[in-house]
Amino acid sequence: MELTGAEIAIRCLQEEGVEYIFGYPGGAVLHIYDALFQQDKVKHILVRHEQAAVHAADGYARSSENVGVALVTSGPGITNAVTGIATAYMDSIPMVIISGQVPSYAIGEDAFQEVDAVGITRPCVKHNFLVKDVKDIALTIKKAFYLAKSGRPGPVLVDIPKDISNQKTAYSYPTSVNIRSYNPVGKGDSAQIKRALQMLLEAKRPMVYAGGGVVLAGASAQLTELVRQLGFPCTNTLMGLGGYPATDKQFVGMPGMHGTYEACMAMQYCDVLIAIGARFDDRVVGNVEHFAQVPRKIIHIDIDPSSIAKRVKVDVPVVGDLKLVLEQLLGELRSSKQKPNASDMATWWKQVDEWRVKGGGLRYKNSTEIIKPQYVIEKLYEITAGDAFVTSDVGQHQMWAAQYYKFNKPRRWINSGGLGTMGFGLPAAMGVQLINPGATVACVTGEGSIQMNIQELSTCKQFHLPIKVVSLNNRYLGMVRQWQEFFHGNRYSESYMDALPDFVKLAEAYGHVGIRIDKPSDVEPALKEAFERKKDLVFMDFQTDPTENVFPMVPGGKGLSEVILAEDL
Amino acid sequence: MRHIISLLMENEAGALSRVAGLFSARGYNIESLAVAPTEDPTLSRMTIVTSGSDAVIEQINKQLNKLIDVAAVMDLSEGEHLERELMLVKVRAEGVVCDELKRVTKNFHGRVIDESNSTCTIELTDTCAKLDEFLQAIDRKLILETVRTGASGIGRGERILKL
Repeated sequence: MELTGAEIAIRCLQEEGVEYIFGYPGGAVLHIYDALFQQDKVKHILVRHEQAAVHAADGYARSSENVGVALVTSGPGITNAVTGIATAYMDSIPMVIISGQVPSYAIGEDAFQEVDAVGITRPCVKHNFLVKDVKDIALTIKKAFYLAKSGRPGPVLVDIPKDISNQKTAYSYPTSVNIRSYNPVGKGDSAQIKRALQMLLEAKRPMVYAGGGVVLAGASAQLTELVRQLGFPCTNTLMGLGGYPATDKQFVGMPGMHGTYEACMAMQYCDVLIAIGARFDDRVVGNVEHFAQVPRKIIHIDIDPSSIAKRVKVDVPVVGDLKLVLEQLLGELRSSKQKPNASDMATWWKQVDEWRVKGGGLRYKNSTEIIKPQYVIEKLYEITAGDAFVTSDVGQHQMWAAQYYKFNKPRRWINSGGLGTMGFGLPAAMGVQLINPGATVACVTGEGSIQMNIQELSTCKQFHLPIKVVSLNNRYLGMVRQWQEFFHGNRYSESYMDALPDFVKLAEAYGHVGIRIDKPSDVEPALKEAFERKKDLVFMDFQTDPTENVFPMVPGGKGLSEVILAEDL
Repeated sequence: MRHIISLLMENEAGALSRVAGLFSARGYNIESLAVAPTEDPTLSRMTIVTSGSDAVIEQINKQLNKLIDVAAVMDLSEGEHLERELMLVKVRAEGVVCDELKRVTKNFHGRVIDESNSTCTIELTDTCAKLDEFLQAIDRKLILETVRTGASGIGRGERILKL
């Protein structure tokens, strides 16, 4: 039987087991929306802005092991989606974006709502396709899913011209796909793994530095076992939080710009550093020249060879799927007679513990007069028993959430780490809530970020998504204000948020519950009330201290040991 | 250091812009880029002349390999290889000048492929450096046009880049 291109596209999504897609209709995707209407396997979530469609698909993917799917129209549909696509690309999130395109015969004629979707997204996708023949749709979508989730994951765009989606052809879904120029790696080289283990066992001051790759590879269990067997200190990057349990005594917190003192110092002064699914990001190691001044051996395990030796020199590179490589490493460790030297480990832990004391832990001066943002996150952690899915936007609130919410499980912390996209949190939370129905989902945000996609409160109403919005409202673009205070002579150029809406009324206008919290003593009761309302979206507008800063801090361009503690200022 | 990188990629629309876009997005140099389909029309062979530190060249190779359409990458300059570039030069040439030009062309193993009353067009195929030398050897003021293809490269002997 012959099907139209649009029907084929939807059938392909069914074949891939897609339960939800996020999108927004328009002229170029009318045939696809028509095909969507005539079936009930793939459920469509109508967002209020295409950026939110992609973020929602992203949150859906991050909090599960599924590929997120978004559907947008041509022209402004795809340009609005670009921020979402770039966000997913920077954090290696598996996603398929289907965009409509003007009819193939009109391409290049500056047709209504025409934009070169493949060209405009090229730098921020793992790969993209323009479908030129209806016969290619099924294979292209199959390839898109395969590319999105294999190897180093990432977003893949499939651009389908309107006439192609309306033409008919025989349909069969390919059972397998082979791309001759693309061969994702599996196991790591066993000789390299033996070398790595030997280096680890002989280390006097070893350090485990694990990133988002561990979460993406589903290798948290392997990482945890390895760290515990070796007895080494472990740090997780912003993207890796939850990859190793945060409440474990071997966990030293997050490293980098707003990491703990002990994590920064241990990264700087270890003699063997094993990087696992992490990429020595500028926000993690700061100034690379400063980092290189202290001699240390580096073992780097990653699925993407281009992540290895990009910013720092690496002594033992291991390319492979992290889960498989860590299993290989564990296998070698089990059969090895050698163990880490106990007295070296004791000396090293003594040093790490001294740093813990000197750093004084994550701390802030609480107040009975004004709400401290860190206090809100601490209470959020307590009230949700540390078991919520927490999405965040970008800025100070993101750092406080990363610092004060202790993630013990992977895929619970959902944030835009690489691109740093304000407006990510709320739509991402929608995707998280849909794939985890019944789960507690909190969106930690600020009054700046939330307004970048606040229209999604409408989507939440339509699809009954009981997200808890924890807005730390300090009337400032807090992180910008912090940098202006430290590095721009207190000149708060355009970082003040004047004329803010009444968020309680706004939440109510969208049909939700809004609570404004002014006093520290009301923080806990408000959170309790909000999380007890299982069926409602509750928007909590916490009026927080506008002068609070995020500490510790490694200023931009500085080295890890130049970390500033709260009392240094 | 100057490197000549050869690659095989899917002969598809947009493949060239993926490579060119990679170089501009990541700030790598391109001195020249030459591309055309191979004997297998589904594959294109590209030769890129670039320069950079060892670390940059390593990243260029890795990033090229990462492109989905790129099937194979070889840094020709890591081993024995040949490079050739085609150049066409049109020169203002009358009388004695023309004779002198023909003499230089012959020395460089080039040939005259077009002549008019006032111009002479020369074809030359050699290494990039040799073509530069030729341009130095003739009177620069007389050059009307220079067209160069950019280098194409191939490994010597059993050094083969094939799928």
